[in-house]
Amino acid sequence: MSLITCENLSYAYDNVVICDQLNFQVEDGDYLCIVGENGAGKSTLVKGLLHLKKPAGGQLLYGDGLRADEIGYLPQQTQIQKDFPASVQEVVLSGCLNRLGLRPFFTAAEKEIARQNMEALEILDLKDACYRQLSGGQQQRVLLARALCATKKLVLLDEPVAGLDPALTQTMYDYIYKVNRKMGITVIMVSHDLEAALRFSTRILQIGHRQLFFGTPEEYRKSPQYRMLVQSRNARHVRLPGTEKGDSDE
Amino acid sequence: MNDVITSILSYPFMARALVVGTLVALCAALLGVSLVLKRFSMIGDGLSHVGFGALAIASALNTQPLLIAVPVVIAGAFLLLRMNRADKMSGDSATALLSTGALAIGVMVISMSSGMNTNVYNYLFGSILGMSSQDVVLSVVISVVVLIVFVLFYNRIFAVTFDESFAAATGTRIQLYNSVLAILTALVIVVGMRIMGSLLISSLIVFPALTSMLLCRRFFSVIICSSVISVVCLLAGLILSYVLAAPAGASIVICNLVVYGVFRLLSLFHSIPRTL
Repeated sequence: MSLITCENLSYAYDNVVICDQLNFQVEDGDYLCIVGENGAGKSTLVKGLLHLKKPAGGQLLYGDGLRADEIGYLPQQTQIQKDFPASVQEVVLSGCLNRLGLRPFFTAAEKEIARQNMEALEILDLKDACYRQLSGGQQQRVLLARALCATKKLVLLDEPVAGLDPALTQTMYDYIYKVNRKMGITVIMVSHDLEAALRFSTRILQIGHRQLFFGTPEEYRKSPQYRMLVQSRNARHVRLPGTEKGDSDE
Repeated sequence: MNDVITSILSYPFMARALVVGTLVALCAALLGVSLVLKRFSMIGDGLSHVGFGALAIASALNTQPLLIAVPVVIAGAFLLLRMNRADKMSGDSATALLSTGALAIGVMVISMSSGMNTNVYNYLFGSILGMSSQDVVLSVVISVVVLIVFVLFYNRIFAVTFDESFAAATGTRIQLYNSVLAILTALVIVVGMRIMGSLLISSLIVFPALTSMLLCRRFFSVIICSSVISVVCLLAGLILSYVLAAPAGASIVICNLVVYGVFRLLSLFHSIPRTL
């Protein structure tokens, strides 16, 4: 059974439909990229997948024993976090909170999980460093490690490279790729970066208030939806690194 | 110095103020870190004004002040949280609305019943004479409850303070813990405002947290450091107020201000080890 199955799923705020006709599946081991214009309903869909927002219609099913509170989530950074006094270890360990049940404190088992994930993302030597003094790329790795602590199966990343320079962006993608391929964690990523989406993902979902495309990157590259999205971005003078000329020209 | 302390302890009202004050300072410092980081520190100020209104009504009705003030201020805390969440009004204007409203009601009630007298002065600026031994028992019980709940929920409070969306996504009930935080804050404010006065009680919440954040780099050390600062400043302030015969609340705030200044200076020297 698929990890996540959406059937005619729709979301609305105050009876205004934000996005509907969502029909897609996420299989174990997938790397799914969700793309679309600003205001297309991506953030709403993320909230929905995390069960923080109830569907207005249709069905959202979890399979393979996945539970809603076992999705590792990497949200967009907030202002509060930028000057928050906390060590890397404290932040990563807080990802284990859903393993506590009714216990008040963390045990050696949770600390070991946090250690392993810090090691995997190569931030173990920073574990006593202060979160607010890290670079943007290091902060995102800390938050990714925290997300991994919360899950055994699936992480959901909301614009994980927002605000990073090109070099750090590349490093971040490498880590996400490693999480997907080496650690066998299913990845769902919301992204503005079409090029990276096409390069790393195994599935693409494009939404624009409804489902516009769902399929493999190869199919997507040939699709009219892709061409339209690229054109509308070029029209707004947004440089799209690596976009082939043929796609944007008439 | 020893003579001063012995003579302070020979007055029962001073001993009571020391016991209650220490506990309140400790609780306020613990909660303050989370409130300051969540940008909720003005809630403390708003609640203290609600507390003033509640005390005024209690004194007009001639009842035990804490029995009225505790439920009213807790209700105020829920109202403030709701108004902050509703997004219809910005959080700070909601707080201003509630606090000035409650203050006006308090002043009206007092002027219609006993008239503006020393009671009003004591409510606004605090008095160490105001605590009966019954108040002390109730205050100690409330403070101990706050301490226990804070320690048990420490990891949840950290998670909800650092990142509400992540905490919610991984199944932490953030509304519940925000409510717990609001109730604990309300309790601390009600207990503390007798000594500190409703105009000054929010300093106990804000100062120690801001001071320790100047030097500390970990959440846990911020918590420990602000607890120590808060208790030390409270004791120093009470001694100062005894020696100078000055109001206790103002003396305590002055001590906090001095420590803040010292930490500010220290934070300018980058040679201070950043391992705290």
